[in-house]
Formats: sequence, C-alpha cells, structure tokens
Amino acid sequence: MGRIVGLEGSFAVAEAVRMVNADVIAAYPITPQTHIVERLAEMIADGELDAEFICVESEHSAMSACVGASAAGARVFTCSAGQGLELMHEVLYIPSSMRLPVVAVAANRALSAPLSVWCDHSDAMSLRDIGWIQMFAENNQQAFDLTVCAYRMAEEVLFPAMVHIDGFFISHVIEDMELPAEDEVRDFVPDYEHPFVLDPDKPVSMGCYAPPFIYPETKKAQEVAFEATKSKILATWDEFGRAFGRYYSPVELYRMEDARIALLVMGSFSETAMLAIDEMRDAGEAVGLIRLRLWRPFPFAELRAAVKDIELLVVLDRAISFGMGGPVCSEVRSALYNLADRIPIISFIGGLGGRDISIAEFKYMIKRAQERVKEAGMEGAEMPEMIGIRE
Amino acid sequence: MEESLFIPREVTTDENFAPGHRACIGCGEALAVRLVCKALGKNVIIVTATGCIEIISSLLPKTSWRVPWIHTIFENVGAVVSGIESAYKARIRKGKIPPKGVKFVGFAGDGGTSDIGLQALSGAMERGHDFLYVCFDNEAYMNTGIQRSSATPYGAWTTTAPVGKKRPQGQMTWKKNMPDIAVAHRIPYVATASPAYPLDLMDKVRKGLDMEGPAYIHVFSPCPTGWRCRTDMAVELARLAVETGIFPLYEVINGEYHLSIDLPELKPVREYLKHQGRFKHLSDDMLEEIQTRVEEDYKRLRAKAVLD
Repeated sequence: MGRIVGLEGSFAVAEAVRMVNADVIAAYPITPQTHIVERLAEMIADGELDAEFICVESEHSAMSACVGASAAGARVFTCSAGQGLELMHEVLYIPSSMRLPVVAVAANRALSAPLSVWCDHSDAMSLRDIGWIQMFAENNQQAFDLTVCAYRMAEEVLFPAMVHIDGFFISHVIEDMELPAEDEVRDFVPDYEHPFVLDPDKPVSMGCYAPPFIYPETKKAQEVAFEATKSKILATWDEFGRAFGRYYSPVELYRMEDARIALLVMGSFSETAMLAIDEMRDAGEAVGLIRLRLWRPFPFAELRAAVKDIELLVVLDRAISFGMGGPVCSEVRSALYNLADRIPIISFIGGLGGRDISIAEFKYMIKRAQERVKEAGMEGAEMPEMIGIRE
Repeated sequence: MEESLFIPREVTTDENFAPGHRACIGCGEALAVRLVCKALGKNVIIVTATGCIEIISSLLPKTSWRVPWIHTIFENVGAVVSGIESAYKARIRKGKIPPKGVKFVGFAGDGGTSDIGLQALSGAMERGHDFLYVCFDNEAYMNTGIQRSSATPYGAWTTTAPVGKKRPQGQMTWKKNMPDIAVAHRIPYVATASPAYPLDLMDKVRKGLDMEGPAYIHVFSPCPTGWRCRTDMAVELARLAVETGIFPLYEVINGEYHLSIDLPELKPVREYLKHQGRFKHLSDDMLEEIQTRVEEDYKRLRAKAVLD
C-alpha cells in the first residue's frame, strides 16, 4: 500500500530510481539537479539502494557511462540540467540510435548567457530531435510516476526515455504525494534482459559505421521503431493507472468541455494556469487548458482531437527560438496545419530564466489573444509576444 | 628485456581482430591491434574511439571483431568503459549475472587519447575502474587526413602543420608525454610498447589486463600513409624509434620505472627520420635540436628507472 508523504521533487525522483532498483548511476552535479544525485548517493551509502554510482567528470561522460552500462545490460540512471544537457548533447543521440533503454531526468534550466540557474525550457527544446521518449511533469507526484513509467516504457521498446521536471518549481519544492510501496513498483517495472548485451559468450559489434549505401536504412528503421513506441507508451500509462489509480495521457485536458478557447502549456505552469481557467470559468468564459504530457513521439492525433471544437488556441512557450518564436507553438501549428478548418494559434513566450507568470498574466494572454484575432484575423496570430517584460 | 610470458610457438593462432579489415597497406596500427588482441584473448569487452581502428574494422554490415566490441563517439572511451565495468560489477554483486572474470579494454588513437579524449580517460583513471586502456599512437589525425595532434613530433609535416614558404618547420611543438600523464594519476601500471617487439608488447598487455585497477599502454603505431614512407617500413621504423631513443620502451609498475630495453648507445635520430617524407624538410639545426632533446629525455628516463 502506498502512503502520503511530503517530499521534495528531487527526492521523489530519487525514490523512483531506488524502487526500480537501478544498477548504475552516472551523474555530474549541476543546479538544480543536485538534490537528486545527492539523495541517490545517500541511499547507496546507507545501503538502501545497491548500485554503482560513477561520479563522472562531466555530463558528457555521464551519458557515455550510461551508454556503456546499458550496453552491458544494466538498468541505468542519470540526470542533468541546462548547460549540462548541452554538454551531454552529442552523446544523447547514441542510446536512441543504438536502442539502449537509458532513463534520464532533466531538471529544466535556462541556458547561458547570461548565466541563469533558474527554470525555463530552453534546454529541453534543444533536445527535440535526440530520438528519446520525452515527457513533461507538472508536479512532484508526476515526477515520481513518470520516472517509474519511463523505465517500463524504455525497457519494453528499447529506446531511451527522459522525464522533464521544471528546475526549482518541481525539483526544490516539497509537496504531498502518494509514494507507492516498493514491491508494487517492482511488480510494475520487473527485471529486464536486453536481447543484445556486451558479453564474451555472445560477441556482438555495436556502433559500427555506415556509409551512404546503408545509413538511410538505419535511420528509417529507427523512425519506424520509434513511431511504434506510441502504443506501448499508451499501454504503460493505462496499466499504471489501473495499478496506482493515476491515469496519464499524451494530451491532458482541463475544463475543456464546451470550451471555445484553449490555452496550451507544458510543465509546472499548468497548475497556475488551472487557477486562471477556474477564475475565467467562474466569470462565464468558455475557456479550457491543454497540457502536453508527451513531447516525443509527438501526439498528433490526441492534439487534433483536443482542439477540434475550439475557435482559438493560445500556446505558452517557456523558451525562444530566435528569429522563429516559440518552439512548442511552431510544432503545434505544424501539427494542426493540415486540418480542413484551421484555427488561429497565438504564441506567447514567458517564464524565461525562472520568471514567474501570475494568474492575472494567464488571463491577460487569453484576452490579448482574442483581441489580436479580432484586430487582424489569421494574420494577427503570426508573431509571438513576450509577456511580463519590463520595458 | 625480461623473459617473456609468451614464446612465438605458444602465441595463439586465433585472430580476434579478424583479417579482411580495411586498413591501408603496411599499416603499423592494424598490426599492433592484431597483436594486442592475441594477448587479450576472448574474455574481454573492447571499447573503441572513433578513428582509424573503428572505421577499418566496422563497416556495416560487417565486422572484424570476434570479441564483444562497442564504438559510440570520439572522446568518451574512458567513460564508456567505466560504465561497462560498473555494470558488470553491480550486476555480479546483485546476482543478476555470474562472475566470469570478464576484462574491460579501451582502444583509441593519439587524438582520441591525448587531445579530445583526455578528460574522460583522466576521469576513468582517477576513479580507479578496473580496465586496460591502449593508445595506438600514429602521431596525427590520420583517419581525417594527417592533421596534427598533440602527439605529433616536433618538425613533422602534417596537413595542418604544413611546410610553408614563410613557415617551413612543420609541427612547432614537442610531443605531449601521454604515459607521464597516466603515471601522474598513480595508477598501478603504465607501459610503452611497439609492434617491432611483439612478445614484449603482448607481455605488457597481459600484465596490464591482470593488474587490478587502471592500466595504460602507449603503443607506437607507424603509419606509412601519414608518415610518407615506404609501405614495408612500419616494423623497421618502429624498431628504429626504439633504437634511437625516440620511443623508449619501459614500464611503470606502481610508480617504479623499469626500462624494457636499456640501450648503452642510441643510434642517431637521423637514422629514423631519413626514411620519412614528413621529416624531409628538416634543417640541420632542427635535426640537432631533436637529437639533443631525445638524448636529454632518454637520460631523464634512465635516471628515473630502477636498474633491474
């Protein structure tokens, strides 16, 4: 049986890694990820988790060690943030291309310069094409649940999986949450055997090189296999819901019944956004909230279904693609472009480098989006607007 | 030279690094890899950096490796091997796999070791993982087309240290001493080896493999393509490099230096340099500089060595 505990988001992640009984952890400290690795080191030192902790000399080596350990059949974990994910970037493509079920948590952080240790999604947006399953949590409970699910998904489909938790807003906040019993988690994530491991009894060559006559076929195979992960992701969440009573889906809706306008967000902003939606609903406005839980593979069908009856979509990005706008918004637009009835999609960028967004600002975005469409129709929807900026 | 653990008749005829790979004609590195693999035996896992060894041996869908082998990227051999060793350690301890005495080995070139891979290797040595690292040093980025590395010797022509009209020297810096860097980590075993001394090389591989903790072996690997020499000269040049004192053979066991061959008199460096197009522009002054430096370095090494 589970129990209700007050736990910091980082500790919730560490509990998940402990309960799935990871074999190898390789990590390099970076704010705001540090509490996760500190807690794991403590668990190992106290004998609560039997794992090798490799205190590597960089994030690049953290992911490299995870790749090696996973290729040798171990269940592995690493976590990082911001600059650390950027340094790790080169290696992140390896486990997805070599079908190694590495699991990582990103405590999302802004990118330098200027230096900022605080939360935004710039780091996550630079990881869009790494070929990992990627999910965004909005609170500590989800940080725990999605980390557990990440292991089950990754090991079933043999692709790496990453859980994004907002730096500080999740990693350093203590919330009450339900911590399941360890044996329940172990039942949900049983021991696994990778079909091909580095073993002298059955020699294999991994990571060969491919000239043009064969490289495209390897990438096609990867894409076909990655697309096929979707059904396993859904099945995992379904089974998790039946086992633990909390159901997840690629696109989660809040008060979307009869909504004419929807706001779309990712990460911890959604809880504040819900309060804004509640207030607007109380005032009689037909607004709702869409939270993108699954980021890769991108949930095209679920997103299209979510917006089919609305007239206006407002997307909040916590990152900026310079000269392009909000990266989430541009993906959402591209996902919805081929619909017969296109709706205006208004892009806002906010919350960079840890800046808060208030309930009033969420309400402003929805109001402002309506004004812009009224003033200039579809053309009014084109340019993103940064909110909360002191001019 | 000490009595060998190996004698020619007893060296295995197994080729764990299989023939049919795509190395250039006369490649000294492929020969060295072949000898190292004979000494390693079958119960190993090999991690290889991007570079000549990797591309000659693993063109999809074929492979030259008869032992488990993994390549990922250029600069992370030390970290990947750390991960594999840790995975075996944890899984054996947790009863998930039986202990089988598997050994873990990293291969990289001089660029993958003394330049881009130095940090990952240093981390792995400092943490004390139980592994053997072999650097195959052909003294430049040969795979990408003979660009200089920090292991390129003073005076050598490369495509990025060319012999120009205004700047005719070629490489203007001295070779980084990678074995000394390994020694500075106070690991139990460091050695230099050469394919011109195959039994000595295999002995050292065996010792490094059996030693508990990190071991580092720096293998001189002549490259006829990059050194601009005849393709039948790899072994001869490897031998001359030892006999001139340019690449002395030694071991450092728990911090103690032992010369593998103690040469009472060094041959002039010119005997080694003259066969190679990469040195043909050297002035008498530069030859003299190299001669002096080699003698000084050799003297310094001898002074450190425990005389057996």
